[in-house]
Amino acid sequence: MQFMLLFSRQGKLRLQKWYVPLSDKERKKISRDLVQTILARKPKMCSFLEWRDLKIVYKRYASLYFCCAVEDQDNELITLEIIHRYVELLDKYFGSVCELDIIFNFEKAYFILDEFLLGGEAQETSKKNVLKAIEQADLLQEVSMLSSIDGFSWLF
Amino acid sequence: MPAPIRLRELIRTIRTARTQAEEREMIQKECAAIRSSFREEDNTYRCRNVAKLLYMHMLGYPAHFGQLECLKLIASQKFTDKRIGYLGAMLLLDERQDVHLLMTNCIKNDLNHSTQYVQGLALCTLGCMGSSEMCRDLAGEVEKLLKTSNSYLRKKAALCAVHVIRKVPELMEMFLPATKNLLSEKNHGVLHTSVVLLTEMCERSPDMLAHFRKLVPQLVRILKNLIMSGYSPEHDVSGISDPFLQVRILRLLRILGKSDDDSSEAMNDILAQVATNTETSKNVGNAILYETVLTIMDIKSESGLRVLAINILGRFLLNNDKNIRYVALTSLLKTVQTDHNAVQRHRSTIVDCLKDLDVSIKRRAMELSFALVNGNNIRGMMKELLYFLDSCDPEFKADCASGVFLAAEKYAPSKRWHIDTIMRVLTTAGSYVRDDSVPNLIQLITNSVEMHAYTVQRLYKALLDDISQQPLVQVASWCIGEYGDLLVSGQCEEEEPIQVTEDEVLDVLEGLLVSNLSTPVTRGYALTAIMKLSTRFSSVNRIKKVVSIYGSSIDVELQQRAVEYNALFKKYDHMRPALLERMPIMEKTATNGPTEIVQTNGETEPSVVEAKHPPPVTQPANQANDLLDLLGGNDVVPVIQTTMPTKPASAGGELLDLLGDLSLSGAPAPAPAPSVPTSQPSFLLDGLSSQPLFNDIAAAGIPPMTAYSKNGLKIDFTFERANPNPNIAVITIHASNSTEADMTDFVFQAAVPKTFQLQLLSPSSNVVPALNQGTVTQVIRVLNLQKQQLRMRIKLTYTHKGSPVQDLAEVNNFPPQSWQ
Repeated sequence: MQFMLLFSRQGKLRLQKWYVPLSDKERKKISRDLVQTILARKPKMCSFLEWRDLKIVYKRYASLYFCCAVEDQDNELITLEIIHRYVELLDKYFGSVCELDIIFNFEKAYFILDEFLLGGEAQETSKKNVLKAIEQADLLQEVSMLSSIDGFSWLF
Repeated sequence: MPAPIRLRELIRTIRTARTQAEEREMIQKECAAIRSSFREEDNTYRCRNVAKLLYMHMLGYPAHFGQLECLKLIASQKFTDKRIGYLGAMLLLDERQDVHLLMTNCIKNDLNHSTQYVQGLALCTLGCMGSSEMCRDLAGEVEKLLKTSNSYLRKKAALCAVHVIRKVPELMEMFLPATKNLLSEKNHGVLHTSVVLLTEMCERSPDMLAHFRKLVPQLVRILKNLIMSGYSPEHDVSGISDPFLQVRILRLLRILGKSDDDSSEAMNDILAQVATNTETSKNVGNAILYETVLTIMDIKSESGLRVLAINILGRFLLNNDKNIRYVALTSLLKTVQTDHNAVQRHRSTIVDCLKDLDVSIKRRAMELSFALVNGNNIRGMMKELLYFLDSCDPEFKADCASGVFLAAEKYAPSKRWHIDTIMRVLTTAGSYVRDDSVPNLIQLITNSVEMHAYTVQRLYKALLDDISQQPLVQVASWCIGEYGDLLVSGQCEEEEPIQVTEDEVLDVLEGLLVSNLSTPVTRGYALTAIMKLSTRFSSVNRIKKVVSIYGSSIDVELQQRAVEYNALFKKYDHMRPALLERMPIMEKTATNGPTEIVQTNGETEPSVVEAKHPPPVTQPANQANDLLDLLGGNDVVPVIQTTMPTKPASAGGELLDLLGDLSLSGAPAPAPAPSVPTSQPSFLLDGLSSQPLFNDIAAAGIPPMTAYSKNGLKIDFTFERANPNPNIAVITIHASNSTEADMTDFVFQAAVPKTFQLQLLSPSSNVVPALNQGTVTQVIRVLNLQKQQLRMRIKLTYTHKGSPVQDLAEVNNFPPQSWQ
């Protein structure tokens, strides 16, 4: 996978994960153009498209579009499953996840993604294991926070 | 200093902004606060501030001033700090920045941290955006972690290794030992990432590929277990056990089995099993089937398995899910070359996909349809494709039109069908047809001799309807110009001939000239067509009038043509019929076509016939400086300029005394050798290109001559024109000996004035037999760019009856045609 974007129906970016080295300017341009292209597509259309020289796989969940750019040899159908697995993980973590959860807890969305994918490939195929790792890491975070100056100061 | 506001609070506040300007103001205020906080080196709130910065960055605002802060967070001991720090690094830093390298040490430390979650953060960051330098520095650490028994770290290390290899391929070797028992892991995460790592290594190195082939049985076993094992809640997706792992294994098997019989055989059974047993009701099952099909098609599978694969694709085509249909079409496109017959069986389904609403599916279906067209199904397929052409989006029309032309050319069942198909394309998608189609179509039409009347009639009728589509108009004008006589005489056999008068035809063509819809190119076609009709129609006066009007056209191209055509009427009317006569059938060649010599008016005139340039060029026999550019055509037609023959005495026209001291490479050297210029500037023997290609078509127009006749030695010259360059005269000398003794060591040498260039090829022999029993022949090529009168000095040396003979002579009696 080269990158993954999450954006709303108004075109606002909610998450962007890049697995290829591109400058900020290039990333902005790609995001902008691709988001426009996808938003312009009709609901009945295919989840796959060729865009520039990339294969794009996207799916809409409620008000959020999940969009991935994959390599030529990648299996588009399994990419849909990868997207779905990520949504399931978010759902389990936040409990019936909605866009607002991702807006207000964007850093958590990243942490979860980083426990599921690494370098653009799936590192863990068990839902349970991903969630367990996140849980442990969150615990570690709390402990490290508790050991700071004012006890229960919630940084977030 | 009040504590900086919390992240969630900032988010809430920003979201209340009602305008973009309001939002920008809030952001700027907060950025200022964050900046001063950074300046104060506040450790407590750095994490909070960077988190806020990351949020603002996602909204599109600049956040580069936070880069160094991310590094400080990474270096901190607190897990919270590290978590945000690494996230910030991944979002704000890319490998182009210098700051990036400063991370290396931190990452190195964290890779060895006591807490696995910290190690995980480091591995993740390195594997996501590590630069080549970082990868080089840290590869050793990654390799170490690849061997750990901690599966949480091992799986991350594997993917991190993949990234390292992608960045620095030479490091691949160092990971080889660690791959030894990767596949014996029970943990699916490690298995999955290991397979990814193995795949990457095999794709990059044929040696690795050969090395890892031995893993095929193990992979087959793992796959088998996944399929056969009962329900495993941890890895289950809609009844299928770990589809992600299954797909990756299938992909690795594909790479290992390609071009290897043994491996392919070892995986045959499992592929068949997966292909037949996988549940197809949900996307996940189809994902596995898809990967299976790709693998079957790529390895050396037996034919039964291949047919199974194609049938799966066929079933996919009927699936309601358009995503499935899309991947099916994509795969079929890949296999249509190798398994053509199997794919043909699904032709009707594929053609139905032309009517799909989705653009991507339509495109795939179109490409596949063209690939499936053959001699048997051409009529049916073309009907569908033409219907598609009518109704498809503009983005498809050009490709579709080209495809139709290609297919029609290859498989047309009859000439009439072919012309009809072309007409259909031109009338429905005429403006989308590619530029190079026009000359191709013209050539096609020319070659269908018996269809000329029918073609011109149909094109004329199409013009009456619509003159906006330029390619159609261009082809039509050309045909009317060429076959207008057939049109007017009502000779059509194929359909009811129409009644049309010469004036009506000229009205239409003149209409094209004045219409706003016509491009300059089209106007050129129209004018030339009108001109050509002057030899086919009787209303010559009308044509003369039109031509003279356009002599003052603003369009330079049009003006030039009109002026030349005018000149044709005024000064060269005798040549007009010949110049404008019917085009010969053109040979289609890949590049500039061969040249043919066409004889007209008893003179030889070369005409250049090219696939892309319909018009021939002929050379007027005399002196005027007119450029004759006939018969339209978009491209430049080679033009040959003639000049007044100047008197030989002018500027350097004197024959130089060349033969005295110069060594002319006559007899022994067939290859052109430059002669030695000493004090006298001389001609060059060579100078011409070394290709001795020339058409041996005899120049019937140029009579041979006797150049020399003395002491029993007679030398005759015969002439030809060389191709492709008509400025080269090719002279063959024929030396004959009427005495009773042979002339041995016979050497013929020649010299020409400075304005010429001469090349002497090797003689047939150097013995001129006695009593006219044979001749010695030798070829001379003379390049005469300035068209001056040809004069030549020749030198002959030979041995006769024991004594050497040498003679010099001047040859002045060249017939005019040989040098004009």
